[in-house]
Amino acid sequence: MIIDALSLPPTVRAVGLIGVVLLEAMVLHVGYGVVANTLGPNVKRALGGE
Amino acid sequence: MSLLLVGFFVGFGLLIGVLFGFFGMGGSFLVTPALLVMGYPSRVAVGSGLAFVFGTSVIGALRHRDHGHVDYKLAVIMTVAMTLGIEAGKRAIDALHTAGNADLVISVAYVGLLTTVGLFTLRDAHRTDTGTSVDLSERVQALEIPPMVALRGDVRVSASIIFGVGLFVGVLSGLLGVGGGFLLMPAMMYGLGVPTAIAVGTDILQITVSGAFGAFVYARDGFVAVPVVATLLAGSALGARIGAGVSNLVNEDDIKGYFATMLLAGSVAVAAKRVGTAYDIGVLNTVSIALIFGATIVVSGAILLAAVCQLRDDNTGFWCRLAVA
Repeated sequence: MIIDALSLPPTVRAVGLIGVVLLEAMVLHVGYGVVANTLGPNVKRALGGE
Repeated sequence: MSLLLVGFFVGFGLLIGVLFGFFGMGGSFLVTPALLVMGYPSRVAVGSGLAFVFGTSVIGALRHRDHGHVDYKLAVIMTVAMTLGIEAGKRAIDALHTAGNADLVISVAYVGLLTTVGLFTLRDAHRTDTGTSVDLSERVQALEIPPMVALRGDVRVSASIIFGVGLFVGVLSGLLGVGGGFLLMPAMMYGLGVPTAIAVGTDILQITVSGAFGAFVYARDGFVAVPVVATLLAGSALGARIGAGVSNLVNEDDIKGYFATMLLAGSVAVAAKRVGTAYDIGVLNTVSIALIFGATIVVSGAILLAAVCQLRDDNTGFWCRLAVA
C-alpha cells in the first residue's frame, strides 16, 4: 500500500488511511448515485417482468 | 491481493451492504467474524472492521445529510464516551495480546454477541407489542442522576446515563470492531425515549466520529488491512443502495427470522473456527467459512428474491413463499 511504503510516522499514516477511506466513501456515494439514477428504473422494470 | 480475493471481498461487501441497507444493521458485526474465520489476526480483524464501519457510516451520513435529525447534545456526550471506551477497548485488546489470549477472548466475545443479538432478533420477529419498551424509557427518564439534560423531542434524561451507555458501547466497539448501532439505536429509542428520526440521525453522526477514531487508533499500530477495507466498501456501498431500495418493497419482519438464523450461524462459525484451530481439525475451519458466508448469501438472496416476487406480484410460487417463510 502506498501509505505504508512512504515510511511516514504512524500517526500521519493513520490520518492518511482515514482520508483514503473518507475519499473512497464519497466517491462511491456519488458514483453509485449516478449509476442508480441512470439504471435503477430500467432494472426495476426488468425484474418486475415488464 | 489477488484478483480472485478482490472479487471475493467486493462480492461479500455487496451482500453485507444489502443486509445493512435493508435492516439498518448487520454490516459491522459480520466483517470482523468473517475476517477471523479467514485466519486474519484478531487485531487486524477488529481494526479493519472499524475502518469499514467508518466508511459505511460516512456513506450513511451523506445519504441522510438533508434530513437534519440530529441531537447535537446527545451526539457530543455519546461520542466523547464512546471515544474513551474505544481507547479502553483497544488497550484491553493489546493487553490480551501480550498475555497471548486475544484471539480466544475475541472469539468467545463474538460467539456471545452474535448469539445474544441473534436470539433477540428471533424473539423480535415473533413479537408484536412494544408496551414494555415505552415503560423502560419512562423509568430511565425518571432517574434523577445529575446532570440532567434536555434533548430534542421533549426528552429530559440523565447525562450520566447517556455517558454510561456510550462508554459501554465504546468498549465493545474498540474490543470487537463493531459500530454499535445495533445497541445504540434501541438504547436511544427504547431506553432514553428519543424519537426514531432523531435517534437515526444522531446514531449515524456519532458512529462516523467514533468509527474514525477507532480506525485511527488501530491504523496507528498498523492493524488495518487497507485493501480488504477498500474492496469491502466498494461492494457494500452498492449493496446498501439496493438494500435500502428493497426495504420499500419487502416487510422487514418477513425476513427477520432468516437474519436471526444468520447471526446464530455466524456464532457457530466463530466457535467452530476456534475449536478447529485449537485442536487442529481442518474440517471445522472449512465448516466455519461455509457457515458464515453461506448464511450471508442465503439471507441476502432471500431479501432480493422477496423483492423480485413483490415486483412481479407473485405470492404463490414456491421460491416466493420460501423467501418470506
